[in-house]
Amino acid sequence: MTTTTTARKEPVRPISPGAARVPRRTGRIRRASLPYLLLLPALVLELLVHLVPMVIGIVMSFKELTQFYIRDWGSAPWSGLGNYRLSVDFDAPVGEALLHSFLVTVGFTLLSVVLCWLIGTAAAVFMQDTFRGRGLLRALFLVPYALPVYAAVITWVFMFQHDNGLVNHVLHDQLHLTDKPSFWLIGDNSFYALLTVSVWKGWPFAFLIVTAGLQNIPGELYEAAALDGAGVWQQLRRITLPSLRPVNQVLVLVLFLWTFNDFNTPYVLFGKSAPEPADLVSVHIYQASFVTWNFGTGSAMSVLLLLFLLVVTGGYLLLTSRGRRTTDV
Amino acid sequence: MRSIRAAAVGAVTMSLALAATACGGGSSDQGGSGDSPKTLTYWASNQGASIAVDKKVLQPELDKFQQRTGIKVKLEVVPWSDLLNRILTATTSGQGPDVLNIGNTWSASLQATGALLAWDDENYSKIGGRDRFVDSALGSTGAQGKDPAAVPLYSMAYALYYNKQILADAGITKPPATWDELVADGKKIEAEGKSVIGVEGANVSENIHHVFVFAKQHGADFFTPEGKPDFTNPKVVDAVKQYVDLMAKDKIVPTGDAEYGQNQSVSDFAKGKQAMLLWQSAAANLKSQGMSEDAYGVAPVPVRSGVPGTGAQTNSMVAGINIAVFKNSHNVDGATKFVKFMTGDAEQKILNKAYSSIPPVKGAQGDPAFNAPATAVLKQTLATSAAALPQVPSESQFETAVGTAVKDLFADAAAGRTVTTDSVRAKLEKAQQQMPAA
Repeated sequence: MTTTTTARKEPVRPISPGAARVPRRTGRIRRASLPYLLLLPALVLELLVHLVPMVIGIVMSFKELTQFYIRDWGSAPWSGLGNYRLSVDFDAPVGEALLHSFLVTVGFTLLSVVLCWLIGTAAAVFMQDTFRGRGLLRALFLVPYALPVYAAVITWVFMFQHDNGLVNHVLHDQLHLTDKPSFWLIGDNSFYALLTVSVWKGWPFAFLIVTAGLQNIPGELYEAAALDGAGVWQQLRRITLPSLRPVNQVLVLVLFLWTFNDFNTPYVLFGKSAPEPADLVSVHIYQASFVTWNFGTGSAMSVLLLLFLLVVTGGYLLLTSRGRRTTDV
Repeated sequence: MRSIRAAAVGAVTMSLALAATACGGGSSDQGGSGDSPKTLTYWASNQGASIAVDKKVLQPELDKFQQRTGIKVKLEVVPWSDLLNRILTATTSGQGPDVLNIGNTWSASLQATGALLAWDDENYSKIGGRDRFVDSALGSTGAQGKDPAAVPLYSMAYALYYNKQILADAGITKPPATWDELVADGKKIEAEGKSVIGVEGANVSENIHHVFVFAKQHGADFFTPEGKPDFTNPKVVDAVKQYVDLMAKDKIVPTGDAEYGQNQSVSDFAKGKQAMLLWQSAAANLKSQGMSEDAYGVAPVPVRSGVPGTGAQTNSMVAGINIAVFKNSHNVDGATKFVKFMTGDAEQKILNKAYSSIPPVKGAQGDPAFNAPATAVLKQTLATSAAALPQVPSESQFETAVGTAVKDLFADAAAGRTVTTDSVRAKLEKAQQQMPAA
C-alpha cells in the first residue's frame, strides 16, 4: 500500500515555444494543456483508487465510529485525537494490547524476512550451476509461492492439528521428540507455527528475485576471480553478494512490507481471535474494528501503522541509497 | 491538430465518465435492494449441514411464495463466518438485502445500528400479531423497552446428547442430570477407554453460550441490570472457572478440544469416539454425519442440583434465528409479506422440521413432529428453563472479548498450566477493559 506512490514527473512540453510561427494564445494554451489532459484519466483513477480511500480512512480515525453511527457515518461525532490517544495509551488495556501486538509483529517480521532471504538466496546460489533436473527443482521451489494463499494455509492448519495433524504425527509419534503431542494453533507454539508458514510461503519469492539477479552477473568476473585463486566462499562474498546489492535492497524492503502487513496467513491459521503470542497487528486491527465494531479506533491504529511503515521505508531507502552512492563511485 | 483535439476530448470524457460512475456507484442496484416491487433479495443463514442443503430446503418454499404473490426471491445462503461482516458492510453502505436472517443474540447490537426495520405494533399486525409467537423467542429480538429489530424464525436450545451404547457399556443407566453426576459418570466412561464430553474450545460463540448458562446457574449475570459489563463479579468468575474446569480439573474434556472451532466435537460424537455432547438442536447435523437416531438419546443439560427451571436452574440459552427486514429496502411491503410467509404456520412446520429446530410460532408447535422425544426435550427447555443472552448493544463485543478469554483459558488448561480463580479473574478483567465505555 505504501509503495505505490508512483512518481508523476512534470510533463515535458512537447513543442518548443518557437516552433509555432504565429503564436496564437488559444492554440498555445491548448497545446500546453494537452499533456495534462492526457494525464487526467490516470490522475482521476489514482485519486479514486488510492487517495480517496486513504483520506476516508484518515478522516474515520478522527471520528467516534461505533455501531451506533455506522449506518450514517457522517453523523458520527468527531472525537479529535481520542482514538489515537486510546491507541497509544500503553498503560490502558487497548494501548497495551496494541503495543504487544506491534512488538510481536516486529519480531515476527524480522525473523521471517531474514529466514526467507537466507533460504531464498542459498537456494538460488545452489541452483546457479547447471545439473540434471535443475528446471524441475526450480519449478518445485516456486510452488508455495504460486499456490492460492487460502488453500496453502488451510493445509497447514490441518497439518498443525493437535489430534490428527501431520506435524505431531512426525514429531511425536514417529520421532518421539516430544513427551506429548503439542498444540500448534493455540498457546505459545502458535508463533512458531505462524513463522513456519510465513517463511514457507515467502522464501520462493526471494529465490525467484535472487535467481533473476544472479543472471546479470557476468561470468567473466567469476573466471577472473578463480584465476586469482578465490575460493567459492570468497567468490560469494566478493562478487555475488556485492553484485546482488541493488536487488537485495528492493527484495528486503518488499518482503518486510508484505510480511508486516500480512493478513491472510494469521487469519486463516487462527481465525478472528489470534492467540496472544501470534497476535499480528493486521489481525489485531481487524479485530479492533470489525469484530468489536469500533471503526474509528481501528482506523486510528491503521494510520499509526501506516506512519510507522512510511518512516521505516523512508529511513531504509535513505540509508541504503546513501551507502550505494558512496560505494558506486 | 484534429487528432490532438480528439485525444484531448477523449481524455476528458473518459475521466469524467470515470468520476461519474464512481460517484454513481452508490445508487446502482448491485446488492439487489430491488427497485422493482417484484423481486426481493434474501440472505439466509447456514442452518443445514451445508449451503447446498439450505438451498434445497429453501428454494421450493421461495417458489411457493412467488406463485402466491408474484414476488421473486433471490436467495443467498451466507456462511456464519461471513454473515455478521456482510451485515455490517451492508449497513455501512446502505446496499444490502431486503430480508435477512440474523443470529438472535445479535438482535440488540444490530438494533443499535438502526439498519433494521423496527417491528412496532403496526408492523407486527401485518404478520398476524405478536401473540402468535412464543415469549421466550420474543425475548431475543432486541433490547427491552424498544421495538424489536427482528421476528423469531427458528428456535433452538441446548441439550445433552449421549451415546446410548457407550453409557450402557460403562454401566450408566440414565444420563447425568447434574454436573457432579456428569463428572462421576465421566470416570466410569474413561475407564472404558472412551472420551467423555466435547467442547469447542476455540469457538468464541460456543464458549459464550456455555459460560452464560453457567453464570446463570451461579446466580450471576455478565451485565448489571443497567447494562454495564460485570465480568469480574466473583460468581461470574466461579462460573467461567467451572466451565473451563471440565477440562482443567475434572479432566472429562479431552485437551485436544481446546483448538476445536469447526464443530469437530460434533464429529467426534457422531463417530462414536465420545460419549456426550452439549449442542443446540443437533439432530439434523448428526444425521448428516451418518449417526442413526437410535444410537443417541437426548436429555436436558445438567444443572448444579435439582431440576431445570428458571433462575439458577437455567440450563440453556434461547438459541435461534431471527428474520429481519433491512430498513433501506425499496420493497418493505414485499419484504413484510415475505416475513409473514416465512413465519406462517405451514412454512414454520416445514422449515423447522428440515432444520430439527422448534417453531417459535405457537400455532406450529402442535405438530406431532415437534413432540418426538428428541425435540420434546428442546421444546421443554425453551418453554421452562432457557434464558436469553443479554440484550444489550455491546453484546457482540461481549461475545468476542469474553469468548476469547475462555478460549485462552482452555489453551492454558490444554498446555497443562493450572487454571486458578485468579487467572480466570485476570482474563475476565482484561476482557472487561476491552469493552466500549458507553
